This record gives sequence, structure tokens and C-alpha cells, in this order.
Amino acid sequence: MSGSVSDYRSSGPKFAESDVIERIESYRKRRPRLIDEHITLAHGAGGKSSAALLDAVFVEAFRNPLLESLGDGAVLTLPSGERLVMSTDSFVVQPRRFPGGSIGELAVHGTANDLAVSGAVPQWISTAFVIEEGFSVAELKEIVADMATAAAVAGVQIVTGDTKVVAKGAADGLFITTTGVGVIPADRHLSADSVRIGDKVLLSGSMGDHGMAVMLARGDLALEADIHSDTASVSPLVELLLAAAPSTRWLRDPTRGGVATVCNELAQDCGLAVLLEEDAMPIHPMVKGACEMLGIDPLYVANEGKFVAIVAAEEVDAALAALRSHPLGAEAAEIGQIIAEPVESVVVRNVFGGSRMVDMLVGDPLPRIC
Amino acid sequence: MDFVEDFRDPAAARKLLGAINRLASAGGGDEYFKFMEICGGHTHTIYRHGIEHLLPNNVELVHGPGCPVCVIPMGRIDDATWLAEQPDVIFTCFGDMMRVPGSNGSLLDAKARGADVRFVYSPLDALKIAVDNPDKKVVFFGIGFETTAPSTAVTLVRARELGLSNFSVFCNHVMIIPPIRAILESPDLRLAGFIGPGHTSTVVGIRPYRFVSEVYKTPLVVAGFEPLDLIASVAMLLTQIREGRCEVENQYSRVVPDRGNPAALTLMANVFELRPHFEWRGLGFISQSALKINGNFAEFDAELLFDMPGVRVADPKSCQCGEVLKGVLKPWECKVFGTACTPETPIGTCMVSPEGACAAYYNFGRMHRDAVKLAEPVRA
Repeated sequence: MSGSVSDYRSSGPKFAESDVIERIESYRKRRPRLIDEHITLAHGAGGKSSAALLDAVFVEAFRNPLLESLGDGAVLTLPSGERLVMSTDSFVVQPRRFPGGSIGELAVHGTANDLAVSGAVPQWISTAFVIEEGFSVAELKEIVADMATAAAVAGVQIVTGDTKVVAKGAADGLFITTTGVGVIPADRHLSADSVRIGDKVLLSGSMGDHGMAVMLARGDLALEADIHSDTASVSPLVELLLAAAPSTRWLRDPTRGGVATVCNELAQDCGLAVLLEEDAMPIHPMVKGACEMLGIDPLYVANEGKFVAIVAAEEVDAALAALRSHPLGAEAAEIGQIIAEPVESVVVRNVFGGSRMVDMLVGDPLPRIC
Repeated sequence: MDFVEDFRDPAAARKLLGAINRLASAGGGDEYFKFMEICGGHTHTIYRHGIEHLLPNNVELVHGPGCPVCVIPMGRIDDATWLAEQPDVIFTCFGDMMRVPGSNGSLLDAKARGADVRFVYSPLDALKIAVDNPDKKVVFFGIGFETTAPSTAVTLVRARELGLSNFSVFCNHVMIIPPIRAILESPDLRLAGFIGPGHTSTVVGIRPYRFVSEVYKTPLVVAGFEPLDLIASVAMLLTQIREGRCEVENQYSRVVPDRGNPAALTLMANVFELRPHFEWRGLGFISQSALKINGNFAEFDAELLFDMPGVRVADPKSCQCGEVLKGVLKPWECKVFGTACTPETPIGTCMVSPEGACAAYYNFGRMHRDAVKLAEPVRA
């Protein structure tokens, strides 16, 4: 039974699909509101619930212009005119040791990378430990040794710290908080406002390795694969890129929430659209296979040694050559471009021309990964 | 893991899309083909890969009732939340179910209020929790079509072998054939064909669908879940129509045997019995459409072990999930779609599950595609 086109049209809705899309977009642009009475894991997942919590609780109480930009780090201008970046992060990953790294390395790399993608050269880090009564001293020594090695490689000094011990059951083993400070070279200005239509999107290497390595290391997915975390300091790679492509507009490290989340943040901040090409994304076959089996989109999986960069089209070759000259950037690729519409959105196009929206994650089905 | 790539080959896709274009226009113009994909997994693939927009303008895919999370009525969610909040209960369920709103919030809300709700990938994981926590009562929220019912059945057999007395199942398993019949009986919708569910058919086979072609004179093609599978099944449906055939065909024969899985069917028969009727969200009560745990396994039936409220709760008035599940409305035609009802603040089930048509459309499909089509691809 096939009907005729005219029958169908006359029986259809009294409004067009495009009207609905516009209505939804206007709703979407309202900042998310905090309606929950209790904190759920979704509030810590980096998606819309996290944004609602930040707005309603923290920004509301601490309000100031530096905080309100809600970047990975705050840019502080000294009386001399020099600019510092300050950034802080807590680390609660389970398990504390996983293929390719440990909570200690993450605690250094996470903070150093937030500084680096803000355009700063990371220099100093402070660290605070919350330790559960009964924790093994031998394991603590190993984790601290990992931090020392990671700091030495990243070229940062750990200059101050604090230790608290809480009663058994009041924490899960060990939580680490690090705060870092770096200096921005005088001629460097990275900002989403400088992003233009036609700019290219680069990814400094394969995606999803860290998140997938940690998920599998937890052992409750009954899946084994040889996947290693990519945890590393990206500062050297950032310096290479900025030297080769001084037009670089904007950088962000796609940690929690993955490439999809940072591209959405960019799209919202610059008011344009990010178009990604599915087949151009560097991803290791093991990670791709594991994501496929678990029904997880690798675009949302965390990385700890990668960054997304927006560069002008004319500098894309120089930028890629510079990235690929370093072992950490060997798999760097051009993964997409900045287009005008759909505004403040991220779209992925696949090999046969189909396309889909890539929104911020709602809720978080995934375990603690950093 | 290259098996994935084989089913996403762009050259093969272009060839099939060319064939679909020819077949769809061969009748000379004023024809419109509306095909229903029954399974939520198919809906997800269609939006995720933008397949709708690759098809000719006179071929439309409408979404059916085969999303296991979407068809659970609100009263059953309230019962689940009530169970989760009983003393000493560890309530286990698939991840999607945790976000489905009941009249007193979702299971996730119950968890934040202090209930011990855990998500599992398999009912056997729930069984392990029961073994590890002998002083707790572990309840598993059994949902899904014939795809997941056998794994619940295996779990119950295993629970008996282990002699467990602290494990039970809140059974909400449903069957795929009754809603298809209900849709074919519905006057609202004229369909040119069905894309039959892949995973469910691995269990039931393709014989149970024969009434669709024989009684209702509508072709059905059982399809796999890769984008190429779906495009191929549309081509097969159009070919049948052009050749004047009306049959049940199996596009997913690499996985689906025509006879299904007799061992799984036997296992289900040993553990479950038919309910006289069961409420489906949006579709109302459908007779003989769901399974309950039979008398042999009564000691594992949460409905007998706990004094659940069991109250029927009407869907929110504004919610049009029922129309969406029957394929009468496209997700975006619902009154509250994308404004009051979004993935963060879902009103209806279709907005919760990734297999729900509303969530799939909201997450993947909601955009003007022209800008995207015009942009030159980057160099890979």
C-alpha cells in the first residue's frame, strides 16, 4: 500500500520541521537550570548538569569577571603587564594505576595541560592529598614518584602542598588536587573570538585512549584489549605548533567529555559551527572496536595527552608538519573545519555523506576516569 | 575489528542509494512510500548516520514501538522506584532505565535520595551481586523483548542451581509480535512495508512475521544494524513492491537463522508464561503481549515477594510518546518536543533511551543540513 504524495502532504502537521528546529535552538541557548535537590554523578560529568551546578552554586557565590569566562584556567594580568594562567583540578580516578599511567601522572599532566592549552608555559604546581586511613605507604611512595617523574618531564616544579588523612570510609583511598601556574609569552593571544569561518580543526593524535584504558582496567566490563592511556604533558607539542602556526586561534585539551565536548564549548564560545569528518578522526583500532562493542561514541571518551587546535587554513600544512615532527603528535590530523551554520553546534559527517548532530553529553554512564 | 568497516563501505552505499532512487521513481512520480522500522536500534542507526536524508523525498522511515525502555508504562517505573527504596534492597537494572521518569522521579533520583540502585550490563551481573551480598535482597529489573528475555531466563535457572534465596526479578519482558499486529490494526497509519527487528529475530526467527505479508499484505524485511544493512533493506522492500511481491525476507541472514534460536525459545517457555494482558506506554493494554515468571520459578518473582503498589499511572497529558511509538507522529511533531521535553528533563520515555525516536532525533537529527552538505570535505 503506497499512498500518493499529495495525500500525505495534506495530512501532515501544520508546521514545518525547520520551525521546530528554531524553537528548540532558542530553548537550548538558555543556560541550563539547576532543578535537582541532590547532587548526582551527572553533576560531575562535565555535561549540561555540571554547567547548571556551576552557574547556580559557584558562579552565583564567587562572581567575578575572571571566573565568569569559565575557561580551564584563569588569565591573571600582573601590574607589570605580564600574564599568568592559574588552573586547578582534582583527581579521583579508579583504579589508581592503569595501563599507560597512574593517578600521580594524571595529577601533574592534567594541570600542566590546562595551563599549556591556555597558551602558558607551565612552571609551578602545588599539590594536596586527601588520604584514607589505612592507605599503603608503599603505594603512596609509588604515586608520588610518578608525580616527580611526570613533573620533571613536563618541566614544572612542585613547590608547595598539603596532606590530610581522613577516617576509614570517609574517602576512597586517595584523592589528589593540583593547582598550577604558568606564564604566557607576551605576543601570544588565544581566544575563541578570533576563530573564523574556514579555519581548520586539528587533533594532535588518536582519540579515546585514556578513557577506554581506564574503563577496561576497572575490569567490570568483562572485556580485555591492549589499550594504553595517552597521559602526557602536551606543553612541548603546543610550543612546536605555536612556533610553526602563529595564527593558531584556540586550543583545548579534550579530557572529560572528549573531543565532542570541547568542540561544543568552542562552537558556543565563537557562535559558529564545527563540522567534523568521521573518517578523518585518528583512532586506534582497539579503541574503536571496544567503543563499538560497548555502544560508546569515542568522540565523548576522555584523552589526557591530546589537544584540539583551530588554525587558519593557510597555516594548516605547517601546523600538521610541526605536530607530526614530535612523537606525541605523530598521528595528528586535520579532522574538520569551522562553518557558519548550524550556529553554536557541532556536526559530524560520515563517509557516505550522512550527517548528525553532536551535542554535549547529558548525564554520565561512565565511571571515574580522572 | 575491521568487520565494522565492511558494513560502512561508501562505494556500496552509493550503489544501493542509486538503486533506491531508481526504484522509488520508477512508478512515475505521485507515489509515497512509508516504511516503519520496528526496532529502536534501527532508529538509532538511522539518525546516527543521517540515513533519512540520503533517501529520496518520496521514501520516509517512520519509527516503531521496538524500544524496550520506551514501552514501559509509568506505573511500572513507580513500582521499580518503590522496590528500590525498600529496606535492604539492592535494585539492579540496565543503565537506560535509571533515567526514565516516574511520577515520583526516576531511579537515579531514588539513588540520590539514598536507595542502592546499581546498573548492570547483564542479569548475571545482578546474580553475582546477590551472591556477594547474602544479607541483602537483590532485585533485577527485567525489561526488553525476546532479545533480552532469554538472558533473564538463564539467570533464573542459574539462581535455582545456586540455591539463592535473596535474588528476584521484577519481570517486564514483552513480545514483539503483538504490537506489530496492533499497529497493522490501527487506522491511523498506512505503511508500505516494515523493516523487521534484527536482534529479536535471532531468537524468534522470521516465521512469526508471516502474518504481516499473508494477512495484512504488507512486505517485511528483517535487517541488521549497520547503515548498509538498513539501506539494503529499504532497497529490498522497494524491489518487492516493484516486482509485485509481498513477502517476509531476511536481509540479516548472517546472524538471523530463519528458525530463530530453538534453545532460547525452549528456555523461555520453561521459565515464563504469558500474561493475559499488559500495559504498553502509549499503546494501552495489549492482550497476551508480555511475559511473567511462571509458577515453577515463583520464588524469584519480585511481584509475588514484595507487596508492590501496582498502581496504573496515566502518562503526563502533554506527552505524545504513544503517537510517536505508533509511528503516527514524527518526534518533532510532538507538542513538548525539544522545549519542555529534552534529554536532560525528559517527560516521556522516547526522550530517555538512546533507542528512543525522540532522543535519537534530538541528539543526532535536529539541524538544517544544507550548510553541512555545501562544505568541502577536509583532506583525510
